Amino acid sequence: MKIAVCVSHVPDTAAKIMVGADGKKIDSNGVAFVLNPYDEYAIEEALKLKEKTGGEVIAISVGGEANKESIRKALAMGIDSAVLLREDDDRDSSGIATALADEIKAQEIELVFFGKQSVDFDNSITGQLTAEILGYNCVSVAVAFSLEGNEITAEREIEGGREVIKTSLPAVITAQKGLNEPRYASLKGIMSAKKKVIEEKTAAPYIKNVELISMKKPASKQAGRILGSDASAVPELVNLLRTEAKVI
Amino acid sequence: MANNILVFIEQRNGQIKKASYEAAKVASELAQKLNCGVHAILLGSAVADAANVGLYGINKVTFFQNENLLNYSSAYADIVSQYAAENNFNILILSNTSLGKDIAPKLAIKANAGIAVDCIDLKVDGEDIVLTRPVYAGKALIDVKITSENKVITLRPNVFNPGEVNGAPAEIETKPIAEVSDKCRAVEIKKAEGKIDVAEADIIVSGGRGLKAPENFKMIADLADLLGAAQGASRAAVDAGWRPHSEQVGQTGKTVSPSLYIAIGISGAIQHMAGMRSSKYIVAINKDKDAPIFQVADYGIAGDAFEVVPALIEEIKKVKSE
Ligand SMILES: Cc1cc2nc3c(=O)[nH]c(=O)nc-3n(C[C@H](O)[C@H](O)[C@H](O)COP(=O)(O)OP(=O)(O)OC[C@H]3O[C@@H](n4cnc5c(N)ncnc54)[C@H](O)[C@@H]3O)c2cc1C
Ligand SMILES: Nc1ncnc2c1ncn2[C@@H]1O[C@H](COP(=O)(O)O)[C@@H](O)[C@H]1O
Repeated sequence: MKIAVCVSHVPDTAAKIMVGADGKKIDSNGVAFVLNPYDEYAIEEALKLKEKTGGEVIAISVGGEANKESIRKALAMGIDSAVLLREDDDRDSSGIATALADEIKAQEIELVFFGKQSVDFDNSITGQLTAEILGYNCVSVAVAFSLEGNEITAEREIEGGREVIKTSLPAVITAQKGLNEPRYASLKGIMSAKKKVIEEKTAAPYIKNVELISMKKPASKQAGRILGSDASAVPELVNLLRTEAKVI
Repeated sequence: MANNILVFIEQRNGQIKKASYEAAKVASELAQKLNCGVHAILLGSAVADAANVGLYGINKVTFFQNENLLNYSSAYADIVSQYAAENNFNILILSNTSLGKDIAPKLAIKANAGIAVDCIDLKVDGEDIVLTRPVYAGKALIDVKITSENKVITLRPNVFNPGEVNGAPAEIETKPIAEVSDKCRAVEIKKAEGKIDVAEADIIVSGGRGLKAPENFKMIADLADLLGAAQGASRAAVDAGWRPHSEQVGQTGKTVSPSLYIAIGISGAIQHMAGMRSSKYIVAINKDKDAPIFQVADYGIAGDAFEVVPALIEEIKKVKSE
């Protein structure tokens, strides 16, 4: 079976975010970009399945030259080959999903893993959008997954618990932390990743229907008061919570 | 085409979610500003409190009823999109709950709609609705507008005050559905051990690596119980296996905005703060006075949690009994 994993290239979670001069994008100077953390769970799940049932796993990413760095990391983890759908402008999620769906359809791939969320715009929608464009079943925020023949049993995280989901191929699964423990790339993996091909194609056209007006930093919170350094400060704390904050 | 708003009301186990009342209120206020119609849709098996939606300014609810609609399934998106299309609703408002996050993008594709999720503010500017949402885990905010005729908007829970407007109970129009076709469905719900989920809690008491051992989370649980709060954790506490991942707050955990967030033995790493900095009040208890958590805390005690937390529990018990 051929499995796809969609990966994005995002600022490291530890990065300081500053707004660029245009007031619409971040200033990426000095910001380290990494493979989206949730996509590592997606990659791991695809690789585990391949180890069990055979087949091949392909990574797909929409973006510019820089995305190749994250694609290489996916290849180093064990992904067989990759496609970069070239797009040098910013696309909204529907635009990314349109490009991904076009490629998944062309390659007739029936099982696609996504991360549950890209830690840049934190949309958490690209997997569901892609599934709907393709008419595939979809389980988002998966913390458990198994495939028997065409039948899928998965669990998705919800408030206060998990939903056990039954569905079937073709399907999109979006991976949440807890689904598995992503492997580290081995030295051998890193070496062989250098030789694997990243095929480049032009991303399919799309209709833009969300316009970004501006980006700004949130109002920074004023540091508050340190009331003391031991239990003697507790009565004042409780009093403030009751009378000033009125939260208890 | 004139605007027409549909708000999706979510039930779990026959009970309407608090976040849906927030969405109802936002939708009814938006309808006033846009001078357009507003209506609610609800799917389920039996819903006792549906008429309450009226208290938040929505007069009418269409309730699609079938026992197989008790739990979430792919039938939800089919029913909502068909109803919206047939009745010319062009603006769909949902809460950004786990169900809302899953269904909203599917509805957007079915309706050829632009989508903006997790919004924390919305303003009408002439013909446009300007939506504000956090990006980069709250390290920045963006304003966006949806340029397509059809629009799907989800709202971050706990941000919009649902305060009741003087509405009367809503009129419920029940539409039984003969057959539910669900290619993808929830067959069972496994409840997590925690009583209240951090994503829905009004007060959260979180513990971190500073608590040193799993058994010390007993005092976190005690404090949480006393306050009717949910229990949260830092990633360090989750990775150590002391607490389940469902409690993790932060960039790779849950984003929360309770009225009160109490961080105990948590340093305040950038990834942790990303998930909780929008809390209305933050209290930090940490023995290191230079811990970054104090930069966002409204009130802090720079002391030993093993001494401060038991005292805090006693003090709260005392004031509660007064
Ligand atoms: C990709 C990525 C994603 C991440 N996502 C998250 C996330 O979602 N959520 C998250 O929380 N972290 C996340 N992290 C981890 C984050 O960087 C920190 O490592 C983590 O938050 C630290 O947890 P902590 O504050 O409990 O531990 P520490 O940083 O070790 O802090 C422990 C604190 O306890 C204090 N302390 C010690 N003893 C006592 C005592 N007796 N009384 C009072 N205080 C005491 C110490 O002074 C210290 O400040 C992520 C990291 C990465 C790389
Ligand atoms: N540019 C992209 N190229 C490929 N996959 C992407 C891209 N952006 C997002 N994704 C996938 O969609 C998931 C959810 O992203 P988002 O909806 O942006 O939060 C990510 O974890 C990736 O798996």
